[in-house]
Amino acid sequence: MSVRVPRRSVLKGSLVLAFSLAGPALFAQTSKKPLPGDLARTPGLDAWLRIGAEGVVTLMTGKVELGQGILTALGQLCADELDVEPSRLRILSGDTRVCPPEGVTAGSMSIPNAGAAVRQAAAEVRALLVSLAAERLRVPAKRLRVRDGTVQDPSGGGGEITYWALVGGKSLNREATGTVAPKPAAQRRYAGKPLPRLDLPAKLTGEARFVQDLRPDTLVHGRVVRAPTPGASLVAVDTQKVSAMPGVLKVVRDGDFLGVIATREWQTVKAAAALALAARWKDGAPLPVDPQAWLLSQPSRDTVIHHIERPTDVAPARTLEATYRRPYQMHASIGPSCAVAAWDGSTMTVDTHSQSVFETSEAIAKLLGLPKAQVHGRHVEGSGCYGHNGADDVAADAALLARALPGRAVRVQWSREDEHTHEPYGPAMVTKVRAGVDGNGDVLDWDYALWSTSHGTRPGGEPGNLLAGRSLAKPFKQPVPGNGGPPNYSADRNAIPLYAFPGQQVTTHFVTAMPLRVSSMRGLGAYANVFSIESFVDELAHAAGVDPAAYRLRQLQDARARAVIVRATERFGWNRFERRPHHGRGLAFARYKNLATYCAVCLEVFVDPTTHAPRVVRAVIAADAGEVVNPDGLANQLEGGLLQSLSWSLKEAVRHDARRILSRDWEGYPILTFSEAPPVDVQLIDRPEEPFLGAGEASQGPTPAALANAVFDATGLRVRDLPVTSQRLEALRRAQGAGQ
Amino acid sequence: MAFTLSVNGTPHIIEPGEGEEDIPLLYVLRDHLRLNGAKYGCGVGQCGACTVLRDGAPVRSCLVPAVSLRGREVTTLEGLGAPEGTLHALQRAFLAEQAGQCAYCIPGMILSAAGLLRQKRSPTEADIRTALDANLCRCGSHNRIVRAVQRAAAELAE
Repeated sequence: MSVRVPRRSVLKGSLVLAFSLAGPALFAQTSKKPLPGDLARTPGLDAWLRIGAEGVVTLMTGKVELGQGILTALGQLCADELDVEPSRLRILSGDTRVCPPEGVTAGSMSIPNAGAAVRQAAAEVRALLVSLAAERLRVPAKRLRVRDGTVQDPSGGGGEITYWALVGGKSLNREATGTVAPKPAAQRRYAGKPLPRLDLPAKLTGEARFVQDLRPDTLVHGRVVRAPTPGASLVAVDTQKVSAMPGVLKVVRDGDFLGVIATREWQTVKAAAALALAARWKDGAPLPVDPQAWLLSQPSRDTVIHHIERPTDVAPARTLEATYRRPYQMHASIGPSCAVAAWDGSTMTVDTHSQSVFETSEAIAKLLGLPKAQVHGRHVEGSGCYGHNGADDVAADAALLARALPGRAVRVQWSREDEHTHEPYGPAMVTKVRAGVDGNGDVLDWDYALWSTSHGTRPGGEPGNLLAGRSLAKPFKQPVPGNGGPPNYSADRNAIPLYAFPGQQVTTHFVTAMPLRVSSMRGLGAYANVFSIESFVDELAHAAGVDPAAYRLRQLQDARARAVIVRATERFGWNRFERRPHHGRGLAFARYKNLATYCAVCLEVFVDPTTHAPRVVRAVIAADAGEVVNPDGLANQLEGGLLQSLSWSLKEAVRHDARRILSRDWEGYPILTFSEAPPVDVQLIDRPEEPFLGAGEASQGPTPAALANAVFDATGLRVRDLPVTSQRLEALRRAQGAGQ
Repeated sequence: MAFTLSVNGTPHIIEPGEGEEDIPLLYVLRDHLRLNGAKYGCGVGQCGACTVLRDGAPVRSCLVPAVSLRGREVTTLEGLGAPEGTLHALQRAFLAEQAGQCAYCIPGMILSAAGLLRQKRSPTEADIRTALDANLCRCGSHNRIVRAVQRAAAELAE
């Protein structure tokens, strides 16, 4: 007979145990304060930290490494507060059975949410351990110091004891209270320093670090054959010949979901190619060939997200307006998505590079009709994703194939064409802005409107958001996508200007339909919104005959915003910029999400007078991310973001016609090359006592505006449609000639 | 149709299975020899993630039929350093410059750079950028990668 104990009483029991473990010194601290970041959701200290008997400290986090260096940064914060060397840390990340659920690793929120949680949790564990040591050593806790996990009485005589001797292998059974203060900046040894990335050595020596490198003993290979055109359905497929091909273990068909499993990878590649030839598809609805015109013609959910009534009623001296456009663009990971799944009859184990292991595992459980607990998701690094790419879909593909072949680990590797044609794109957008200005050219009324489809169709526990989920014979319906609201916003991220314009209105026209599959791409709507706002502010400055930097500064009150503009322009040499033919300078600024990192970008461009090809000669970024945990990691993210955003803004648009995606490989979707990447000077304004401001997406928005502004400065041509290509410039030049 | 393939100085007898007669080198390295250095990126020779050296010159292992390499020497990321485990100057330089974010493309970058440094002991920055133009990086680590190659070149030239 077993007795079911309600969970609450179990928790109460462990709290009692915790107090007896903690000892009298901590009794005074039973009052609670609000807990920072993700610690509020998961307050149990055991969920974050384990002190092993062998002197290994295990740090657990639900956030995952995407190449942004998050695990190194969390390790620095933990090492500082716990007083252990980083080399003592074992970091477990993104395992649904082991790690605290911290949602999606996205939105420049890992340092603010996970970093703050880890810092606090580690500080509390240290306090707990020091109080236990004080009791054991019979020395007041205040007198004790900790060095790499050894608690010592520096005055001598009191002896010493290690964390692992105190509690090694035991659970701490205690919830965070929020009453322990983390160290002041002056006492931090690792946070604020450029600790080298913990994961790089393995990646530079060929150790199995990526999900693509996993080779469990029961490994077999799977491929999925996808619809050749968006929305197509499978009419018929002859699977017999493919089933008889060398190495083929199984052909799986469920509705429009078609896959093959074989022993060796190359056999699988060939079987999948044969299967694609054996399948007959019927096209879906035609695609709109002009996505921006389509957007403006669609029924939309219209919301005024921001309104400030102008206190004065002076008539504007002049009104200016402009329309800006952004095309569909790809995440375009260098390594196509991959996952390994295995079904043993009771647990589906999924090794995935998803940014949302917890929610995607839940979606896969529903897809398979399993209870959530029977899907064990484990994050393993993949190629950089920069948002919602094919990672989650391939995890679902692998799970479906693994269910069809129990006892084998099925590794599904998307092809380049799979990734290019089936990842959810960054959405096309249109923005329209109108400003009434006074006699000095300063803004009186600012009216901004944007049109966009969704920027968020991540799995979120819903199998209808997985590509495979919608393809099954009994399909899961894709939920109608929503738009994220304040304070982060999605389509309208950064649509509200930071400038102190007296009258302001911002309207979002959200379109729920999706002719091309779309979702979150680094920066979401901030890319198009900052491009629009900062291009238009530049247009207003020129119309006013005022230097664009001075024009911004005089309408911007936030001191930290002004500081990054000043730092960027000084470093760039804005005021002593030497005029050279066909060269131009451009500036743009944004505070990401209006609540995260402040970032100003200055670019110098050269536009070839005969080919009209724009080339970025050099770039300067100045950023204020609050307290900086790892300055080298931050600089790497900001510079990488700028170069990626330059790639989007100089070269990238998904090409398609009414029937199919034409950007099927790197020739059909070129990205920035080494010869096109300018030198980037990154200036950080560190504020060690300020809160963390997320930074991973901060440079995406200012970059296209700085580019278009610099191109205007060089040529007098205003590009309002991304990307800024030689063809566009040539067309503008021709139109200008025709107009004269 | 077994054949001998020399990888990182070690001869391997490769026995392609049925249907694997035309197997590209990449799949032999990863699937048969369980080496991780060469990465699958595009399968059509456009991205450089699978780059290895064939007799010291960079090739796209996703395109080269393995059987065509009889009598040739293949070098992968794993074979670049000294046999006792000392890292190659390029690997050390990439670490020193923290050149990489996701680092998926980095093995291919290192092998392309190794090919360049065999041809040119003291390449200019423009030489390096040109040599790496067909290796794609999506994280925006280009400048760090160039600095890492310059650092390794300087060390090797000493």
